[in-house]
Amino acid sequence: MASQSNKGSPFKTHLFVFLLPAVLIYSAFMILPLIDTLRLSFYSIETDGATSFAGWANYITIFTDERWSTDFVNALKNNFLFFLIHMLVQNPIGIFLAALLSLPRLKLKNTYRTLIFMPTMLSVVIIGFIWQLILSPIWGVGDTLVGFVGMNDGLPPLLGEESTTLLTLSLVSVWQFVGIPMMLIYAALLNVPDDLVDAAIVDGANQWTAFWRIKLPLILPTVAMVSVLTFVANFNAFDLIYAVKGALAGPNFSSDIMGTLFYRTFFGFQLQPGNPSMGATVASLMFLVILCGVMIYLYAIQRRLRRYQL
Amino acid sequence: MRNSRRLGPLAVHALLISYTIIALFPILLIIFNSFKSRKAIFKSPLSLPDANTFDLVGFEKVLGSSSFDVYFLNSISVTVMSLAFVLVLGAMAAWALAEYDFPGSDFVALFLAIGIMIPIRLGSVSLLKIIVSLGLINTLTALVLVYTAQGLPLAIFILREFIAQIPDDLKEAARCDGVTEYRIFWSIILPLIRPALATVAVFTMIPVWNDLWFPLILAPGEDTATVTLGIQQFIGQYVTDWNAVLASLTLAIVPILILYLVFSRQLIRGLTSGAVK
Repeated sequence: MASQSNKGSPFKTHLFVFLLPAVLIYSAFMILPLIDTLRLSFYSIETDGATSFAGWANYITIFTDERWSTDFVNALKNNFLFFLIHMLVQNPIGIFLAALLSLPRLKLKNTYRTLIFMPTMLSVVIIGFIWQLILSPIWGVGDTLVGFVGMNDGLPPLLGEESTTLLTLSLVSVWQFVGIPMMLIYAALLNVPDDLVDAAIVDGANQWTAFWRIKLPLILPTVAMVSVLTFVANFNAFDLIYAVKGALAGPNFSSDIMGTLFYRTFFGFQLQPGNPSMGATVASLMFLVILCGVMIYLYAIQRRLRRYQL
Repeated sequence: MRNSRRLGPLAVHALLISYTIIALFPILLIIFNSFKSRKAIFKSPLSLPDANTFDLVGFEKVLGSSSFDVYFLNSISVTVMSLAFVLVLGAMAAWALAEYDFPGSDFVALFLAIGIMIPIRLGSVSLLKIIVSLGLINTLTALVLVYTAQGLPLAIFILREFIAQIPDDLKEAARCDGVTEYRIFWSIILPLIRPALATVAVFTMIPVWNDLWFPLILAPGEDTATVTLGIQQFIGQYVTDWNAVLASLTLAIVPILILYLVFSRQLIRGLTSGAVK
């Protein structure tokens, strides 16, 4: 009781003073818009601006109206591909670099870390333009570079063909963000007790097997966290595609992902006017996809990975 | 035999150096070429600018024909204001959650944590409606409010963990002397959590400075454009003027690189101390 009275009067004015401003701004500009967007997805907006309750009509349109469903399925599929490439390329490279950096007695590790992380700091828009220039057939610097490794035919128009645009943009994004898994995994590797690895080395293991058999299983929770962060970021991506290919995510929508579809639906493009309630529906579906990813992560962490945690 | 599969230190350095080159080369290529004449950019893109090829025509064009100074000022104002709000309001809320037991404190903490995982972008349709109804469309205030809301969840989460580690003795001693809760927060807690504030500052700043989405939606006007949006529009317009394009990219890259090199230790310490989990 005595310690209770230490914490102020029964009505704690200071509690509200400390908490309220943050809660208000966060609720008004984050939670409220999110809930209201979910609500709007069940309404339709007439040409005169009036809204009327529409039930599941917007969702039914997206899934059954051919004009909508083709775009939606295409964007969702592309987005999964975008995520898959990050998981298969970005995260393994990140883990590999982190493993190298965490080798004992490595010199210059801070320098490497700082420099490799550098692209991550820059705006996605800048990165998009940088690669657009490098891959541009007009400049030809890409052709010169691949010439050094024996490809004398030069680069195909990687950002101009349907079959390669999404893959190329995914790899540009991988190139930019590889620093994040590298840093997070590196931090986790530092927390693995040296005794464990030393004991294994004394028993005849080399650094390589020590990494695979001891360190990697111990850092699995961090790998899972990196995966879910990648998932959320990938399904929220927009800037790179928009900067390089515009809102139409060409050629022929081959680089369209959920973020660009959301933008086009909401604001319209060319002759098609924007549609806020359909935009809200696309956003709600993105919300659902991201929520599923987060739920799977929480479930996996709760059920399986916890026991490895140090 | 035992060492047969072990990478020698030379091989490790070779791998790391190769990746460092992959990471830096594209950026350096753009910066070097922005200082060259148009002819040199195309004729020898891989060489450094020298006395013959040095040319600032791109920078003259960019600084002359676009409002880069305005964009920079806008980006700086928005970033600094959002940062100040996130740090002060975030620290206040984190302190309240870490220090006081009150009914529903777990609920409030969970409520605030939702925003760490769910991107604020998904609420854009309604957010635009709200900003329009507040009369804040095409103002920097709109961006500051949105970025503050976006930055608060992670800030509160990180700062709360830090504040919870501060020993009780300090606070209790002050309370015995009759110091108010506000004074305890400002004079004891805030100075103690400075390292955590620095980490939060870096995490808050980068996405705000680099964002394209909200400037595009909430403040696309020429007077309120940020650097990221300004560059995007400028390059769209001058797409064939290579000097201008390269110069504008360099102008956007260099300040960030300098800031990064100055603050990289802080940032990396934040990332590797397990602050984001």
